[in-house]
Amino acid sequence: MTLANDTVRLSYLQAIVEAQREEMRRDENVILMGEDIAVYGAQSLFEEFDGTRLRNTPISENSFVGVGVGAALTGLRPIVDLTIASFCYLASDQLINQAAKLRFMTGGQLSVPLVVRTSTFYNNRTAAQHADRPYPLFMNTPGLKILAPATASDAKGMLKAAVRDDDPVVIFEDINLWNKKEDVPVDPDVLAPIGKALVRREGSDVTIVSVAGCLPHALKAAEVLAERGISAEVIDLRTIAPLDSETILNSVARTGRLIVADNSHKVGSVASEIAAMVCEEGFDTLRRPVRRVTAPQVHVPYNGTLEKQLFVTRDKIVSAVETLD
Amino acid sequence: MSLDSDRQLEAFRRMVRIRLFEEALIAHNPVGHLSIGHEAAIVGACMALRDDDYVTGTHRSHGHPIGKGAEIGPLMAEIFGRRTGICKGLGGSMHLTDARMGLICESAIVGGGFPLATGAGLSAQVRGTDQVSLCFFGDGATNQGTFGESINMAAIWKLPVIYFCENNGYAVTTPVATSHGQPDIARRADGFGIPGVAVDGQDVEAVHAVVAQAVARARQGEGPTLIEARTYRFDEHSNRLAIPIEYRSQDEIEYHRRERDPVALYRAVLCERGRQQECEAVENEVRETIDAAVAFARESPEPEWADLWDNMYASPPGPEHARGDRK
Repeated sequence: MTLANDTVRLSYLQAIVEAQREEMRRDENVILMGEDIAVYGAQSLFEEFDGTRLRNTPISENSFVGVGVGAALTGLRPIVDLTIASFCYLASDQLINQAAKLRFMTGGQLSVPLVVRTSTFYNNRTAAQHADRPYPLFMNTPGLKILAPATASDAKGMLKAAVRDDDPVVIFEDINLWNKKEDVPVDPDVLAPIGKALVRREGSDVTIVSVAGCLPHALKAAEVLAERGISAEVIDLRTIAPLDSETILNSVARTGRLIVADNSHKVGSVASEIAAMVCEEGFDTLRRPVRRVTAPQVHVPYNGTLEKQLFVTRDKIVSAVETLD
Repeated sequence: MSLDSDRQLEAFRRMVRIRLFEEALIAHNPVGHLSIGHEAAIVGACMALRDDDYVTGTHRSHGHPIGKGAEIGPLMAEIFGRRTGICKGLGGSMHLTDARMGLICESAIVGGGFPLATGAGLSAQVRGTDQVSLCFFGDGATNQGTFGESINMAAIWKLPVIYFCENNGYAVTTPVATSHGQPDIARRADGFGIPGVAVDGQDVEAVHAVVAQAVARARQGEGPTLIEARTYRFDEHSNRLAIPIEYRSQDEIEYHRRERDPVALYRAVLCERGRQQECEAVENEVRETIDAAVAFARESPEPEWADLWDNMYASPPGPEHARGDRK
């Protein structure tokens, strides 16, 4: 017997597989497609579901994302596994010109209940064509909902919420979190809401907004800062679009200081948007300038020693906070 | 699988509707990529479909919903940018998508419809219906990557999709002969292991016959077909576009208008079958329909600022959407 509050220990990656299994069991219109999914990611699903609803696709990113759009327009709820986030560029026409726009362009006649999953493969020595974190590009496209879960529970709950949402959702998963284990709710109807940021640690001196996989670093930074007498509030953004401005502004109104940690490149980053939003709408509550902790505006190198230095760490966040005083 | 007597007259009605719809646009509103010359190709294809079959189309979008049997008033109002338009004035001339008639997209990104039509075919297969999906595209679109990518997927999964090329010989001003390594577009089907058929796109009954065969094949689970309808665009690519060169000769245009007009050709066929009076009645009826559609469009209100927000999302979009510029 399963109780409402039961949990099971799962990694971030296992949580994603479970979310897909549960949603495929719940709704026969949910299908899963992507490159090599029979070998990587969905092996166990092939034991339970037949090939009608599980499609290993040819290497045709733009078209198989578009096939997902077409299927979503006509009664299915496809989950498209786009594997590596740098491949989003190949599929950007179907994502931006079709998925994001079709409801609007048809005057609301149609909806696109599509989920596109993709992984940010940074800190993995795969070099610049596999290691991008391109979510800010898609944040500039109205019509897409963009999620970036940072825990196993959210990886499961947000994917399930995305499948049940009637709009196109792009989920950026972080491979640096794949093996992180957590107690994850067993109840198949526990969802993590789209559009809601979460305060992961309360504090009163500075707000640290963490985007996607920055969360473990932000939480560790808060511990270091606490030892130094600084009380940091850590907000896990969870949803990149639509942005939960309210949670961020409320926090900054109390702390007066804002750090945004984001592994995308600095120019036009999610951090930039949050900084601009707070400067426009919460300027009077700021006691110090906003600081962005991001990847610099250079490409990801193959060399691992150099690559590690590009991305957000505990120490970079701590240093940024210390510059505020 | 030939058209019966009633369906012949219905095909003629839809062809005349397209022709007079476009002529009304020339007279009233100088916007759009006109389908004049393509009527037989479009209507022949659509007459082989059921109401619940899916269609994707192109920037040259006016003919597709009319061919599928859509109501004329909301199409006209859409081109006039009105709130009563089929897309509430938010889509416009290149996007006349009437979902009630199974249209799921008129893509102004050339080649954008291939994956969508393929996905609709996948959907029908997964849901276990016998619906088919028909993808209209131009000769130029066959040079987009989505052409090969999508047909390949439909081929390996035996999806019920008909890829229907309206080959009018020119991608804007670029001739097929100078832009296609294999200008015989139907032959490209060989590369995907599916049937490819070329047909006279000015002969509505010939087009209907080949599409009906492909539809039957698709409904039986035998997979996709590529059809190339050889047609001709009587007007320029778009009637707002300045064309600084003569990329096709006046003689060529005049020849097609004189000898290869699909509406005139089919009218002659029906008259030979003793149906002249019925044709005239259809023409009068369609004139009234088009006049009423223009009046409806002109009298209709424009969309409102709130419509921009109200048509963005199907599920609640979150608090951010209610902020800022909406007010």
